[in-house]
Amino acid sequence: MTHSTGESIGADRPARRLRVLAAMSGGVDSAVAAARIAEAGHDVTGVHLALSSNPQSYRTGARGCCTLEDARDARRAADVIGIPFYVWDMAERFHRDVVEDFVSEYAAGRTPNPCLRCNEKIKFEAVLDRALALDFDAVATGHHARLVDGVLRRSVDEGKDQSYVLGVLTREQLAHAIFPLGDSTKAQVRAEAARRGLSVADKPDSHDICFIADGDTQAFLAERLGAADGPIVDAMTGQVVGKHQGAYGFTIGQRKGLHIDQPTADGRPRYVLSIEPVSNTVTVGPRASLQVRTIVGERPVWNGPQAEPYEPIACTVQLRAHGEVYGCRAQLSGGELHIELDTPATGVAPGQGAVLYDGDMVIGSATIASAA
Amino acid sequence: MGIAYLDHASTTPMLPEAIEAMTAQLGQVGNPSSLHAAGRRARRVVEESRETIAGALGARPSEVVFTAGGTEADNLAIKGLYWARKRRRVLVSAVEHHAALDPAHWLADHHGAIVEPLEVDDLGRVHPDTLRAAIERDPDDVALVSVMWANNEVGTVQPIRVLAAIAHEHGIPFHTDAVQAVGQLPVGFAESGVDAMTVSGHKVGGPMGVGALLLSRGADPVPVLHGGGQERDVRSGTLDAPAIAGFAAAVQVAVENQPATAERLSTLRDDLIERVRRAVPDVVLNGDPVNRLPGNAHFSFPGCEGDALLMLLDAKGVECSTGSACSAGVAQPSHVLLAMGQDGVRARGSLRFSLGHTSTKADVDHVAEVIGHVVERARRAGILI
Repeated sequence: MTHSTGESIGADRPARRLRVLAAMSGGVDSAVAAARIAEAGHDVTGVHLALSSNPQSYRTGARGCCTLEDARDARRAADVIGIPFYVWDMAERFHRDVVEDFVSEYAAGRTPNPCLRCNEKIKFEAVLDRALALDFDAVATGHHARLVDGVLRRSVDEGKDQSYVLGVLTREQLAHAIFPLGDSTKAQVRAEAARRGLSVADKPDSHDICFIADGDTQAFLAERLGAADGPIVDAMTGQVVGKHQGAYGFTIGQRKGLHIDQPTADGRPRYVLSIEPVSNTVTVGPRASLQVRTIVGERPVWNGPQAEPYEPIACTVQLRAHGEVYGCRAQLSGGELHIELDTPATGVAPGQGAVLYDGDMVIGSATIASAA
Repeated sequence: MGIAYLDHASTTPMLPEAIEAMTAQLGQVGNPSSLHAAGRRARRVVEESRETIAGALGARPSEVVFTAGGTEADNLAIKGLYWARKRRRVLVSAVEHHAALDPAHWLADHHGAIVEPLEVDDLGRVHPDTLRAAIERDPDDVALVSVMWANNEVGTVQPIRVLAAIAHEHGIPFHTDAVQAVGQLPVGFAESGVDAMTVSGHKVGGPMGVGALLLSRGADPVPVLHGGGQERDVRSGTLDAPAIAGFAAAVQVAVENQPATAERLSTLRDDLIERVRRAVPDVVLNGDPVNRLPGNAHFSFPGCEGDALLMLLDAKGVECSTGSACSAGVAQPSHVLLAMGQDGVRARGSLRFSLGHTSTKADVDHVAEVIGHVVERARRAGILI
């Protein structure tokens, strides 16, 4: 198990004692991550990020990392590990860079991934910058991914792999990151937490979006973007086949909840093909029309060991969290990432990340701008 | 380099005399309210402790009501006197501890009180004219006045005797939270003229979880805790004889040593201020430069976040505080500094060093050695917004 600076986290005595800031959400992964680095002999300080300016206490059914209970769990874990612990108030940054971005992306007809944005802007920008200024060498998190010589790789636990949501990090960000869990399965992490006496050992995994406590994304968006009736148009016939209360409520590839009130021309199910926020129009069509082969990504990040591919290279691409992996040819040109898929993909939504892999190694990423 | 504990205003180590007095009782059986021999023995411990505390603080034994600490005593004084007086206006200084402010605001939210914060000047002082003017807006409707003896954050000492006299001109009861003052300043209950005074065990070298409300005759708050009526029917709950014994021993020693403590701590404290200024020339000392707690040094470090300073100092073995309350561990700008007219950014860049009976010159040397580097680091990290 290694990280970017080359020392072995699992070793009895590190080659150099690093000052490490461990981001502790209150969950089992980040607690074990912090414990492992501390045990490896590094100087570890735990920090819980307060991401909500109005943390509810003991919300039933609340998930994620924003509650007072989560802060207490993180503090308790830090006490058991025996490291100092602080809470950093990142609520304003989080609201601006993640929550508002989430809402405005939906308003623009895209489908954002807030976890990806949080890693990019909060954990490995706001927190990392502050940590470096305060004399820390690195930020450690409980993400399931590996860093080998500064290169991001998938976790050995394929089902829990989080390299996709870290794929936006730059080489510079990765150079100051430590992911101590990438060589372990989730089951191993839980067993280790129990062995270490961490009370979060059997705390349920967090799901969904941490700032939407009840998991109702549509209601969350409706509250912020309002409701406005608009047409659902069938691309095959050009006819209006239903209406909706706001185009932002849809995602490319969505089939359920379309409220189409008449039989389709070919009698087959309809899927969302496109979302047009200005005219508030949702276009639907048959599954075959969803298939894309060409993807254009904006804000490309080239973070693997290879040089930037100004000529096409063969690699694979993942187009959403826990999504399928496609063979492709990728090329950087004009500040964009152009991806030609070997086989067509469906449900490719602008706003999601396209993360490129060479085997299990992340080589680059971009935000999907369009697909055809 | 060892640890420099400079957070005595938060809690101070127990005095050996208090540990001895308390541990002597821990193995004994007996509820002070029981009538048998074991009960009588425990009762004697409690009553001797009551007499000790009364003697040390210039009160009568019957004026001492034991509580489970300062917060309970503040709650009893403010809620209890409000309910007993059946008047609406509650005048509290804007720089009170949350243990006094929050009960007042709770009364406003739930029981029809009108809370009127008494403004302070830029040094944190409540001016007698401010209190007089506030009372005179409608004297007949004032339930009580509460102004702390000395401020827990910035250390400013209030003109308690003058303020209490003004309240008394109108027959209004006056409460003071004196948890920071006892042991650092001369504190006399009867002589000060206050009607109710909060004292805490662990702030004076006694155990945590015990305190007292001193109540003059005629000040009869409505109980907050109902039950067996153990303390003059004003406060219920089995008396914690061991803790009370430790509390009394601590009060006695702290009050006896007060003049020497004050002199020694203010010398150390002035040295600390001088050397922090030398290391960080643009540092600002908050609070009254003259009338302040001998052990208190409270600074604002421009361009720094208090939390960052605290973390860096902790890593260097210096234990201090931002002095303000936290919610979920997230620092809010101090209401005390805001009331003193500071802006939120400066308020968030503040630190309190508080000295106590175990403080030494080595502690001051320790701070002087690391503070320059720490402030430089914190400035690099900037203000967290």
